[in-house]
Amino acid sequence: MAISMKLRAGSDGSIKALISHPSENGLRKVNGVPVPALFIKDIKVTVNGKVVVDGEWGGGMAKDPYLNIKIKGMKAGDKVAVNVKDSSGDTGSSEATAA
Amino acid sequence: MNALRRNVLKGTAGVGALSVAAAAGLLKPGQVLADWNQAAFDAKKVPDALAAIGASSAANTDNIIVKAPDIAENGASVPIEVTVNMPDVDSIYILAEKNVFPLIVDFKVTDFGGFMATRIKMAQTADVRVIAKAGGKVWTAAKEVKVTIGGCGG
Repeated sequence: MAISMKLRAGSDGSIKALISHPSENGLRKVNGVPVPALFIKDIKVTVNGKVVVDGEWGGGMAKDPYLNIKIKGMKAGDKVAVNVKDSSGDTGSSEATAA
Repeated sequence: MNALRRNVLKGTAGVGALSVAAAAGLLKPGQVLADWNQAAFDAKKVPDALAAIGASSAANTDNIIVKAPDIAENGASVPIEVTVNMPDVDSIYILAEKNVFPLIVDFKVTDFGGFMATRIKMAQTADVRVIAKAGGKVWTAAKEVKVTIGGCGG
């Protein structure tokens, strides 16, 4: 099951990603039973194939992790890609063209 | 077992698994996997998390601005904005100091444009701490966020 996300990029260098994911840290309990940890651990952002973010997240990210990051030197037409992988090994990716 | 020894063993096991994966052709040549920093993300004490990310001697600076609500109604989703006014930033970290696991974000960045925003969970009122590494130096700034309803389920 792929992880889905919304991705937008601007020629001003703004990259915004909203990833659909429960982001469970393993501490939350339902009826006294802990919900197993399940969260996005790895996120990679590339611009025209160049890695600009090699990121790691913990279970402390809020549900539906949101990232808004400004990258230097971007222009309209640049190809932005985001790849994520969670603690179960599930992955997701999206691409956007800087507008 | 001594906790440090256990972490070292865990780290060694991780490297071993990658080597096996590479040998088995599961990793493409040249593919770099940033090993998830288990020691840092599993640390329950802030000094341990800082040590694991090489930020034990971070110096306070006004060039990192942490914007966060003074009071977060819902600890399950607290918006954090980070502005870093310094060149050559190569790493950014975010911690919520009273979370069970304080480290939340560990980013290696290239061509960082000085701004980042995200949303984190906060267990209780605490400092949200940002670490930035730039030009071989380590800097930090923090902002206290009061949390009325904790968001970690603990």
